Amino acid sequence: MTTPATGAHAHAGSHGHEPGHHETSFFHKYLWSTDHKMIAMQYLFTGAALALIGGYLAYVFRMQLAFPGHVVPGYGLVTPNRYNSLVTIHGSIMIFWVAMPVLVAAFGNFLIPLMIGCDDMVFPRINRLSYQIFLLSALILLSSFLVKGGAFGGAWTSYPPLSAKGIYNLSPLGSTLWLVAVALEFVAFLLGGLNFIVTTMNGRAPGMRMWDIPVVVWMIVIASVLFMASVGPLIAGAIMLLFDQRLGTGFFDPGRGGDPLLWQHLFWFFGHPEVYVVLLPALGIVAEIITVFARKKLFGYRTILYTTWATGVLSFVVWAHHQFIAGIDPRMANVFTITTLLISVPITEMIFVYIATLYGGSIQFTTPMLWALSFIAEFLIGGVTGIFLGASGADIYFHDTYFVVAHFHYTFFPSAIIGMFAGLTFWYPKMFGRMLNETLGKIHFWGTIIAFNMIFLPLFITGAAGDQRRIYDYALFPEQMRPELQHLRQLSTVGVMILMTFQVFFLVNFFWSLKHGKRAGENPWLSNTLEWTVPSPPPHGNFAELPTVYRGPYEYATPGRKEDYWPQNAPITPLEEGAL
Amino acid sequence: MLERFATGASTYAPSIDHLILLIAVIVGFWLIVAEIALFWLMARFRRRDGHAPQYVTGEEKHLTKWVTIPHFLVIACDLVIIVPAILVWMNVKQTLPPAQETVRVFSQQWAWSFQQPGPDGILDTADDIRTVGELHVKENTVYHFELRSRDVLHSFSVPVFRLKQDAVPGRTIVGWFKATRTGTFDIQCTQMCGMGHGLMAGRIVVETPQQHAAWMKRVSSPALAASVAPSSDTAADNSKIAEVSR
Amino acid sequence: MSTTARSIANLRSVTGIPTARLVTWWVIASEIFIFGGLLASYVMHRLAHPEWGIAASHTNTAAGATNTFVLLTSSLFAVLAHKAADAHDGPKAAKFLRLTALGGLVFLTIKGLEWTHEIREGFVLASGGFWSFYYTVAGLHALHVLAGLIIMLVFAVDVAKNENLPRVQCIGLYWHFVDIIWIFLFPLLYIAK
Ligand code: HEA
Ligand code: HEA
Ligand code: CUA
Ligand SMILES: [Cu+2]
Repeated sequence: MTTPATGAHAHAGSHGHEPGHHETSFFHKYLWSTDHKMIAMQYLFTGAALALIGGYLAYVFRMQLAFPGHVVPGYGLVTPNRYNSLVTIHGSIMIFWVAMPVLVAAFGNFLIPLMIGCDDMVFPRINRLSYQIFLLSALILLSSFLVKGGAFGGAWTSYPPLSAKGIYNLSPLGSTLWLVAVALEFVAFLLGGLNFIVTTMNGRAPGMRMWDIPVVVWMIVIASVLFMASVGPLIAGAIMLLFDQRLGTGFFDPGRGGDPLLWQHLFWFFGHPEVYVVLLPALGIVAEIITVFARKKLFGYRTILYTTWATGVLSFVVWAHHQFIAGIDPRMANVFTITTLLISVPITEMIFVYIATLYGGSIQFTTPMLWALSFIAEFLIGGVTGIFLGASGADIYFHDTYFVVAHFHYTFFPSAIIGMFAGLTFWYPKMFGRMLNETLGKIHFWGTIIAFNMIFLPLFITGAAGDQRRIYDYALFPEQMRPELQHLRQLSTVGVMILMTFQVFFLVNFFWSLKHGKRAGENPWLSNTLEWTVPSPPPHGNFAELPTVYRGPYEYATPGRKEDYWPQNAPITPLEEGAL
Repeated sequence: MLERFATGASTYAPSIDHLILLIAVIVGFWLIVAEIALFWLMARFRRRDGHAPQYVTGEEKHLTKWVTIPHFLVIACDLVIIVPAILVWMNVKQTLPPAQETVRVFSQQWAWSFQQPGPDGILDTADDIRTVGELHVKENTVYHFELRSRDVLHSFSVPVFRLKQDAVPGRTIVGWFKATRTGTFDIQCTQMCGMGHGLMAGRIVVETPQQHAAWMKRVSSPALAASVAPSSDTAADNSKIAEVSR
Repeated sequence: MSTTARSIANLRSVTGIPTARLVTWWVIASEIFIFGGLLASYVMHRLAHPEWGIAASHTNTAAGATNTFVLLTSSLFAVLAHKAADAHDGPKAAKFLRLTALGGLVFLTIKGLEWTHEIREGFVLASGGFWSFYYTVAGLHALHVLAGLIIMLVFAVDVAKNENLPRVQCIGLYWHFVDIIWIFLFPLLYIAK
């Protein structure tokens, strides 16, 4: 009775919480809730906390790279062993415990039921279980820093035989904890994904056809499907690796009939689709924002969906571009070069559609819009540098250099960090009922964007100059010890410090506005989608009266209407019918 | 273009550099076009009083060309990149020119060691020269290398040669290079291989045939061989590893 | 927990497929990718290692064949349970569900005896490539059988009271899937020698 689950009933929207009436304990309200919005917040705050940890780890190892051998303030001395753990856990955290929970789980949970006009996910309790498993996995990962031998340091790709044997990686416990944590994280997202997919398929409001679903919902659902289809083999691989580590099997041990390359295939068969799992929700968020602030219909809604599907399908046949020189049959590289370059075609179209959407608009440069536009501008750099890597002949040189590092930070940072800030600043009024401060928001924006480019542009150059990845100190490599390169490394590290400093503006803005921000009202951005038709923050059960949908989500500046927006659930009045 | 950042010293280095230049020109062009379009639209259609936004679905016949034209152009550009990329790849990795010399490269945590034929020119005989951390090769000679690993994955990378190849335990992977410039260059390990990955350095010494012969004579004389084998560099590395391990 | 948290979303069915069945299909899909990855890895290795045939010849084909028969029979009971549920005959459906579960139990018992024997002969998980795959693949499958039969017994309690009848079909679908996986495993692990 006292569980928040009661909120799932339709009555909740109208009266919400009367104090004293529903005696809801802190535990039940914040930790044991099945409400999709609360679970979204759990994912969001956990992801944000881990983002800060991942950022801190990056700060530590970048300091070591800029000033090798010096004690890092706030950490201590970075030994080679610790360097490897720092990098490995940084990469793992940022992808699995920041990008996925924030972009897929937090936004997916918050937006899907609201945007498709229903009260919750189809399986609220599975949803809660998903978060709990996720939290457990995060704790296991972090605990690995404390065990004997330290956290796993064999890179986020965890290639065996290094990852399979304690005598090789010197962190037998850490490597098993890493593997268990990642496997649990996969389970959490499989459960979450089931909910997203089935809710969107079955739970839509009456009248909402396939083509009326907001792009961000599509993107999160497609990302969930990609995840589900790609992660299966890696789950199998994780079981095998766990057995190799703990039970003495030899699946990846060449001395005993196994094959270390098998892991690489399983990993990248997942790993490449995974990067689109992170990219797509960010693209979806950006689509919602640019249409609202350009007051424009999306330029070719269907084109976006077709190209997304095409990207999704192609993403399953490009994985070996991570393994060109891994010892696979060299003839295979030719096939994968072709598929890899072809995947640029749908993505180009998608990006061009986004740019074209601005044409004829009336653009307001609010903070969320700045984030959304900068996503496009920065992702383009990350995307085109992928082409260098996809061309097998060029990848011989670039593979495992900082050029790759720069490439994927120019794709991941826009997706995970810029995309997250775009979404957060845009939906903050809906989530918390208050507006963020625009001035602080813009300071934070410019500080972050400039610092971000300052971190990673120099790394393209050090990469082209031959800096290899995962090296704690270049002292033994005279060619990489050129002073110019060291200066670039230092420039990059200064960028990290600036970037971290500017996050203070965000945190202050975030917490200050929770209490003191201007009240948002239902629809501060004059937007069309259904989440803006309910109070901010939405009550349990979301809709006082479940909506019916009459049109697509992007009807801005429709001719013949007084207002320049047209909510999806607004019925056509006889008057308007005449005008159309 | 790459020459500016890293010297090239093998026969295929220029072809890889040209490929990179070609890609840079093509995608650079697109990048600039896209960024200019983005910023121009942002400036042109910023909110101004009296200018209402237009209603464009993007599905109108005369507008879809803005998607279809880039579509075909990008496919064309992809082809222009794919063909030379594959040609370069086949040259470097797929078709090996006949070997004039063969060396064996062994990788292990965390050192490189090499085995090459001694004065008799045949591998696996008593006079084979074994070195640690340092590989001596002749200029303008096609070398085949047989790459092996004794424990985990490593990667044999010589940036000036534009050469990189993972070493996989249980397999022997054969590749080739032909140096075009004398000098001493870095050998890197570019595959995460554990704690000492950052210490797994080596040097490759490219010599003229005369220098090489002189070197060979020096190391083949039994008295000296012992002192040369563990090269000074690597001995220092090993002590460093011991020192830093926690 | 006094309330069963059924959301309105859960009651909707835009696709026309009931939500519970839809999610069952998606669960099965995700499982197919897990088993697919494992089996593909096994087949690739098997092709590269003809000598694994010798190890495989130590498996007990008769036990495997019996188990195939047992599982197929239990699938038949699952179909009958579904039929009964469609006819709103809860008690009958529950009876067939329990029979299906019994089939799973027999399967696991045979499996247990078989493995005990093999382990006594010294063939354990770490005895070499074939045995590693053998125990891992069949073990994962056995876990699915176990999970399925427990869920089935839990469902049967409600079903016997004529409640939650649509669940019978979902668990049936899942059971058929587990069965089909075995149809792949049996030739790959036992017959190919
Ligand atoms: C969100 C993340 C993300 C995204 C979107 C991408 C997108 C792409 N990536 Fe990237 N990639 C990573 C994350 C990502 N990548 C990560 C994390 C790694 C390293 C993992 C590790 O080793 O640790 C990696 C590594 C990586 C490699 C392996 C490098 C190596 O280790 O040697 C390759 C090789 O092909 C590659 C290629 C590509 C390509 C072709 C795209 C394409 O999808 C890009 C398409 C986009 C565009 C092309 C831009 C827009 C188009 C135009 C402006 C038109 C002009 C274009 C043409 C004419 C072609 N990536
Ligand atoms: C999403 C992915 C992601 C993100 C965002 C980042 C962010 C950063 N990365 Fe990372 N990185 C990886 C994924 C990512 N990285 C991966 C996969 C690897 C490979 C690992 C491996 O080799 O195994 C890697 C490796 C890697 C290296 C290579 C190390 C090596 O090879 O030796 C370097 C070096 O500079 C680096 C630097 C940085 C820096 C300075 C940032 C900075 O941008 C960090 C700044 C971020 C913050 C300061 C946090 C901001 C967030 C908040 C303030 C919270 C917001 C609050 C709310 C939402 C409420 N990273
Ligand atoms: Cu050897 Cu890295
Ligand atoms: Cu990839």
